Amino acid sequence: MTTLWRRLLRNPTGIGSLIFLVVVVLSAVFAPLLAPHDPNTANAYDTLSGPSGKYWLGNDSSGHDVLSRLLFATRLSVVLTAETLVIAAVLGIVLGLLAGYYGKFFEAVGTAATSLLQALPAIVVLLAAKSVLGPSDFAAMAVFGVLIAPAFYRVVYSAVSAVRGELYVDAARVSGLSDPRIIGRHVLTVVRAPAIVLAANIAGISVAISAGLDFLGLGDPSRPSWGGMLNDGFTNIFTAPLLVLWPSLAIGLTCIAFALLGNALRDGLERADAPKRRRRHPPAAVGTPVVQAVPDDDALLSVQHLSVGYDNPDGTVKTVVEGAALTVRRGEVHGLIGESGSGKTQTAFSILRLLPSGGRIVGGSITFEGRDLAGLSAKEMTAVRGKKIAYVPQEPMSNLDPSFTVGSQLVEPMRIHLGLSRADAKAKALGLLARVGIPNPERTFGAYPHELSGGMAQRVLIAGAVSCDPELLIADEPTTALDVTVQAEVLDLLRDLQRERQMGVLLVTHNFGVVADLCDRVSVMRAGRIVETGPVRSIFADPRHEYTQSLFAAVLSHNEGEGAVA
Amino acid sequence: MSPLLDVKDLVVDYPVKGFRKPPFRALRGVSLDVQPGECVGLVGESGSGKTTLGRAVLGLAPVTSGSITFQDREIGRLGRAERRALASDLQVVFQDPYTSLNPSLTIEQILAEPLIVRKVGKQQARERVRELLDAVHLPSDAGRRLPREFSGGQRQRVAIARALALDPRLIVCDEPVSALDLSTQARVLDLVKEIQARTGVAYLFVSHDLDVVRHLSHRVAVMYRGEIVEWGASADVTVRPQHPYTQRLFLAAPVADPVKQEQRRAERRRLEALDKMEVSA
Repeated sequence: MTTLWRRLLRNPTGIGSLIFLVVVVLSAVFAPLLAPHDPNTANAYDTLSGPSGKYWLGNDSSGHDVLSRLLFATRLSVVLTAETLVIAAVLGIVLGLLAGYYGKFFEAVGTAATSLLQALPAIVVLLAAKSVLGPSDFAAMAVFGVLIAPAFYRVVYSAVSAVRGELYVDAARVSGLSDPRIIGRHVLTVVRAPAIVLAANIAGISVAISAGLDFLGLGDPSRPSWGGMLNDGFTNIFTAPLLVLWPSLAIGLTCIAFALLGNALRDGLERADAPKRRRRHPPAAVGTPVVQAVPDDDALLSVQHLSVGYDNPDGTVKTVVEGAALTVRRGEVHGLIGESGSGKTQTAFSILRLLPSGGRIVGGSITFEGRDLAGLSAKEMTAVRGKKIAYVPQEPMSNLDPSFTVGSQLVEPMRIHLGLSRADAKAKALGLLARVGIPNPERTFGAYPHELSGGMAQRVLIAGAVSCDPELLIADEPTTALDVTVQAEVLDLLRDLQRERQMGVLLVTHNFGVVADLCDRVSVMRAGRIVETGPVRSIFADPRHEYTQSLFAAVLSHNEGEGAVA
Repeated sequence: MSPLLDVKDLVVDYPVKGFRKPPFRALRGVSLDVQPGECVGLVGESGSGKTTLGRAVLGLAPVTSGSITFQDREIGRLGRAERRALASDLQVVFQDPYTSLNPSLTIEQILAEPLIVRKVGKQQARERVRELLDAVHLPSDAGRRLPREFSGGQRQRVAIARALALDPRLIVCDEPVSALDLSTQARVLDLVKEIQARTGVAYLFVSHDLDVVRHLSHRVAVMYRGEIVEWGASADVTVRPQHPYTQRLFLAAPVADPVKQEQRRAERRRLEALDKMEVSA
């Protein structure tokens, strides 16, 4: 809360609009002291006269002093806006809290009530209310408060139902906190900020609505109001054009101030720290390689002295991979193992030239079939990716487009890279689906991603990866998100496919068991550097580097004895 | 000795959206027990119902039929107020260290939360928080910091400290190390073991990883599709499993030794071939 306040004060529109609104409220509060004349005194001789020494803003059609009327009208507007806000906020927030936290009955009631209210056209309802309740502004704005409560309800409901499922709320329940305590401690903090932003916007709207009703002549004529003054000025616009200006300014500037305040609050919430303007770097730019690449003719992929970095907001570069070197030969499976933050995924992405924005190769070379991938243009790289180098990701579901069938997603790359006709591509896709162990290829071809299980989706992605007959397969933790029995089957599949097609495979993982199962060589990464590399058998039998040794010590299956399965 | 926790024929149904659709049966008559000071491991894959069982014990899942007895008291269908009273004996450590701690509260506020309810005085609460941070080997100035300043492993330690705050008799651990790195996993598991040795608390340890469960538990239950398929001493179930599903689970987890893994893979394939022959026979 205090940070929001501080951020608001630092924002020029925020502090400007806040000052203006404070002035408005103060002038409303102190209107009797500030107004030079009585607002209801009609001076017959001074009707529609312009600004003068005695009447600073002139007189209206009944001879009232415009300035005094304006100040008292401000009072009315402030009170009415407050009334609307309080009614809308109390109704909306309480019902939103109950509906979001308890669900079921409250949710049903809340959704029905708010949908009904939002379906009603507000102005028409207000006009009808006026005809029933009479000219009182207070009654009308109370009705408006009820009509606009759904705005608060929706904001609070979505914030609360998002929090309700969080584990820390479950933990609070198990700790023995009562529901009111949980709401006060965990839920209200989430609701505060969006409700405040909404309040600022709704305040602006209610100023406009109440002025509109008064302008239409539906307000209480005995009280000065901005809308009423505007109506008076409008009627006499040819005789005394300035009369329109004062209430227009009042209404307009107040609405603008509320809107700007709402924006400033929202910016403060979203922590929009504008990043410093940086020179735009070309995508995946390369610094001069530290050492010229010495291509190993046998090697399919040769990474030398690779360094990857991200640009910091202040212009420095944060290095996530430093001096990495590894080689993958044709038909060989090379495991890249490390813990989180070691840089293994960054290495894999930089080979594919798929680093997220802000990341780039800052040094070294990636030689694939004799070419340095780091120096290729984006267009050349697109030709390589998918066709020569394929990728199997960690999360199968997030890598399939939910709006397209599985079949169309398989067919598309084949048509682009291999130039196949639609019928040929479909036939090949069905063959691949059968090969990866999908029991009913036709049905899966026509299915959407959400209809597949995790294991099946991963098989589909593997089928897609090998569909264009790549030379190198990069698999980024392909089985981490799967159940252990499904994992074993998927690893079998990868092994079989790799042997059949003699692909080179770079397998990124954190699991030593997977490395022992599948890989021929392994590189161990830690904090962006490769600390040990070599054939799997020798590294597992005799790890040299102390980090590798410590990792092996942490592996649990080593510590217990193993018995044969009965 | 009467068991600390005794679950008998527990059935849990979840309602399914849709008109007149039959509910989804997450647990189909599950029975197990936890003795005081023991660690019982609950192993299964996704959809097995292991998390549902843990949540039902904690009162976070609806009980359709069957009984859950804790300290000789039926807790399956307690009202909210009575459930709150259990908090001093029955606690939880959740899986996700990143969402099980409220990101806007300090560590001290998080650890003092269970104490608030017991109306513990401020000074006493602060002392207890310091004791707890010590017990989980976190620095004493951690209380003033926010969860985002800590790593996953450290946050999990805070979650464990929170569970210990009221000196519970049983802690339900729902996959507490699944989201952690290998070396962090080992350290957190050692901490869990140490706490049991020191305080004699019992655990119901839910995990999908046989190795983790073997490392920690005295007895192990294996779950598949809402039922317990194997239940016995840890050394038996995890090393010499009898039930075909447990055997599959055991063989499917790759072991970090290339030679042994090759043997295990061959074993698994042999078993699969046998299953296929049986099915087609």
